[in-house]
Amino acid sequence: MDLTEIAVELDREGIGASAETLYGWGRSTHSEALVVRPTDKDTIRRVFELAEKHGVTVGFRGSGCSYGDASQNGDGVVLDLTNFAKVRSFDESTGLLVAEPGVTLEMIWRQCVPLGWWPPVVSGTMYPTLGGLLSMNVHGKNNWQVGTIGNHVRSFELMTPRGETLRCDREQNADVFHAAIGGFGMLGCFTEVELQLKKIWSGRLEVEAIATANLREMIAWFETNKDDFDYLVGWVDCFPRGTALGRGLIHAARYLGEGQDDQAKATMRESAQDLPSRILGVMPKNKVWYLMRPMLNDYGMRAINAAKFWSGKRGQTRNEPYKQPHAAFAFLLDYVPDWKKAYGPEGLIQYQTFVPKEAASDVHPRLLERCHKRHIVPYLGVYKRHRNDPFLMTHAVDGFSFAMDFRVTSSNRNELWQLCRDMDEIVTEAGGRLYFAKDATMLPRTAETIWGKETIERFHALKRRLDPNSRLQTNLARRVFPGWFSS
Amino acid sequence: MNKRFERAIVVGASSGIGAALARQLAGQGARVALVARRGDELEKVAEGIRTAWGSDKAIVRTNDVTDVDAASTLFSELVEELGGLDFICYAAGVMADVGPDEYPTDKDLKILQVGLSGAFAWLNPAADYFQKQKRGAIVGIGSIAGDRGRRAYPSYHATKAGFATWLESLRNRLTQHGVRVTTIKPGFIDTAMTRGMDGLFWVKTADEAAASILHAAQKGKQTVYVPARWRLVSLVIRSIPSFIFRRMSI
Repeated sequence: MDLTEIAVELDREGIGASAETLYGWGRSTHSEALVVRPTDKDTIRRVFELAEKHGVTVGFRGSGCSYGDASQNGDGVVLDLTNFAKVRSFDESTGLLVAEPGVTLEMIWRQCVPLGWWPPVVSGTMYPTLGGLLSMNVHGKNNWQVGTIGNHVRSFELMTPRGETLRCDREQNADVFHAAIGGFGMLGCFTEVELQLKKIWSGRLEVEAIATANLREMIAWFETNKDDFDYLVGWVDCFPRGTALGRGLIHAARYLGEGQDDQAKATMRESAQDLPSRILGVMPKNKVWYLMRPMLNDYGMRAINAAKFWSGKRGQTRNEPYKQPHAAFAFLLDYVPDWKKAYGPEGLIQYQTFVPKEAASDVHPRLLERCHKRHIVPYLGVYKRHRNDPFLMTHAVDGFSFAMDFRVTSSNRNELWQLCRDMDEIVTEAGGRLYFAKDATMLPRTAETIWGKETIERFHALKRRLDPNSRLQTNLARRVFPGWFSS
Repeated sequence: MNKRFERAIVVGASSGIGAALARQLAGQGARVALVARRGDELEKVAEGIRTAWGSDKAIVRTNDVTDVDAASTLFSELVEELGGLDFICYAAGVMADVGPDEYPTDKDLKILQVGLSGAFAWLNPAADYFQKQKRGAIVGIGSIAGDRGRRAYPSYHATKAGFATWLESLRNRLTQHGVRVTTIKPGFIDTAMTRGMDGLFWVKTADEAAASILHAAQKGKQTVYVPARWRLVSLVIRSIPSFIFRRMSI
C-alpha cells in the first residue's frame, strides 16, 4: 500500500488529505491514517478509485464515537464523513428526514424538535452521525420498545467501493439493507439516509427515579414495569459486593401525549433543550473533567459512586414524576465535555454485553463478581432492556445489556484484556452478544460463537459481492475477522 | 426470630407495597405466591420475579378478596404448591373518594370487604395452619388512618382500626404457639392510591416500605409504623381530646 502516492494524487486533484492520528472515543486505541473529508459523492467515488488503483484500504469515520477501533483504519485511508452533512429534506407533516451521512443527532434534534419531531432512537451522546448510527445499528434507552435505529430507516443509498450506488430498503436489495445496517462499514458508504422521526407533543418527558438494592432487583423492576414506560435506563454502582452487588438507580421516562404538557410550545424551543452550561451553577462544565482527574482511581470512584447512589436514593420519585427535556434525559454523556480525558492517557474501554432475558440475572452478577475477583472494578455501569431485530450482524437480543466502563492503565492493560476474555466466555456460553460500537477486545473465536459461522459467511458473501477486493477495512474488522483479509 | 422466609403468600401483590414485598421476599430466596384481583398486573410482577430470581420463585393466583368463599381453598392449594408456608401478608386495600358531605354505603361496604372481610378469609386459614405448625409470620398492612377517626374517610379509618384490633387479637392468641403477628401502619407511601395527592409529607417509596416491613416481620415485631416517626405523631394525635379533635380540620 502506498499512502504517499495516493496523497499526492488526491492533492493534485484538489481533494484535501492529511496524515492524522485517530483515536477511538475511549482513547484506548489509536492509529495513523490518511484522512479525507469529502463533501459529496463524487469525492467518495474518486477516493474509492484511487484506493483501488494504489491498493490501499478505506475505512469510514463519522464523529469517532465508537469506543474502540471501529472507526480507525491504521495505515490506510479514512473517509471522515462529518462534512458530508446536509439535510436534504424534512417533511414536517410525516416526520420523514432525508439526509447525508454526516448529519449528526444534534443537527437533527435542533432542527426537528421545534417542529414536533424527535429522533426515534438516540445514543447517550448527541454527536454520532447518521452514517455511524447505521453502521453500528445503534440502540437507545428505548430499545425493547422500538428496536434499533435500523428499525426506523425507511431506505438508504449505499456506494460500494466500485463506485456503484444501491438504493436499499426492505424490498429492494433487502439483503444489503439488513446487512449494511450494523455492518460496521464493511459493505459500502451510506450516501443518503431516509429516517422516520417520532412525533412528540412536548419538549419534555415525564421521568421517575427509582433506587434498587442490587442488580437482580433492577432486573425485576425493569421486567415488571417495562410496559409502562418508553425509556428505561439503570445506572449501576459496580463497587459494592454481597447483597448490594450491582445496586443502582433507574430512570424511567414516558412521552407526554397531546395536551399533557401545558407548556408544550415553550419546551419545544431549541433553547429549552440545551444542557446546562455550568455544573452546580458556577463551574464552567468544559473544565470539570480536569477536576475529575484526581478522583479517577478506585478510592475516588468508590466514593463518587456511593455518593451518587445515596443521593439518588434520597431523591427517588415519591409522589409526582418530574419533567425533563428530551436532550437532558437522553444525552447523559454530554453533560461534562471531554470527561473521558479524566481517565488519563490510556483512556477507557467499555465492555457491553447483551444477554438473553432468561440468563441475565445469572450472567450479569457473575460478570461483576469476576471483575472484583480480578480487582478491576468498572467505574461506571449502565443497564438497559433490549429486543431482537432483523439485522444480520446485530448485537441486540431479547434481554438485558450491561455496559461497564474500565479505566485502562499501562499496568492493568493485560489483566483487563484477560478479564474481558473471561467475561466473553461467560457471555457467549449464555447466548449473549457483544457490540461493535463499544468493542475493543473481541477475539475472532468469540465473534464466531456469537454470530455463528453461517451468519458470518452470509455477511462475508455479501462483502465479497460488493467489495471483492476487500477495499473496505477497519482496525476492528481486521482484529475480529482476520480471515477476510488474509491473502 | 430473624430468619429469612422460604415460602410466602402475598395477598394484594399486583402493585404498591404488596408487589414490592413479593419482590423482596423473592430476593431473599423465598418462593412467593402472588394473589390479587388484576391478573395482568400480577403476571407482570411475577414475570419480574421469575426473570430476576428464577422461574420457580413466583406462583400467581387471581382472586378478588371479596370472594371470601374462595380464599380457604385457594390458600390450601397455594400452601401445597409452595410446599409449606412460613409467611403471609395481607396487603389488599382500597380507598374510595368520599366527599365531606357524602355517606355512601356502597363505597363503605367495598372498603370494608376488601380491607377486613378479605383479611378474615385469607388470614384465618393461615392462623390455623401456623398454630398447628407452631411457627409462621402473619403481617397485616394497616394504616395510620386507623389510629383515629378523622373526618376524611370514615369507613377507611374504621376498617383499618378494626384490622389493627383483629390482628392484635390474633397476636394474643398465636404468640404462645410460636406464631408472630405484625401490624404495619404505613404513613404516606408512593403507590397508585396516593399518587398525585396534595399535602403529602414524609413519603416513602413502596420498596422502602417493603424493606421496613420485611425487617419488622423477621424481627417478630408487633406494631410498626413506616416510617417510624409516625409512632410519635400517632401518640400525639391519639392524645388529643375528642372535643378538640373534632374542631380540627384533619
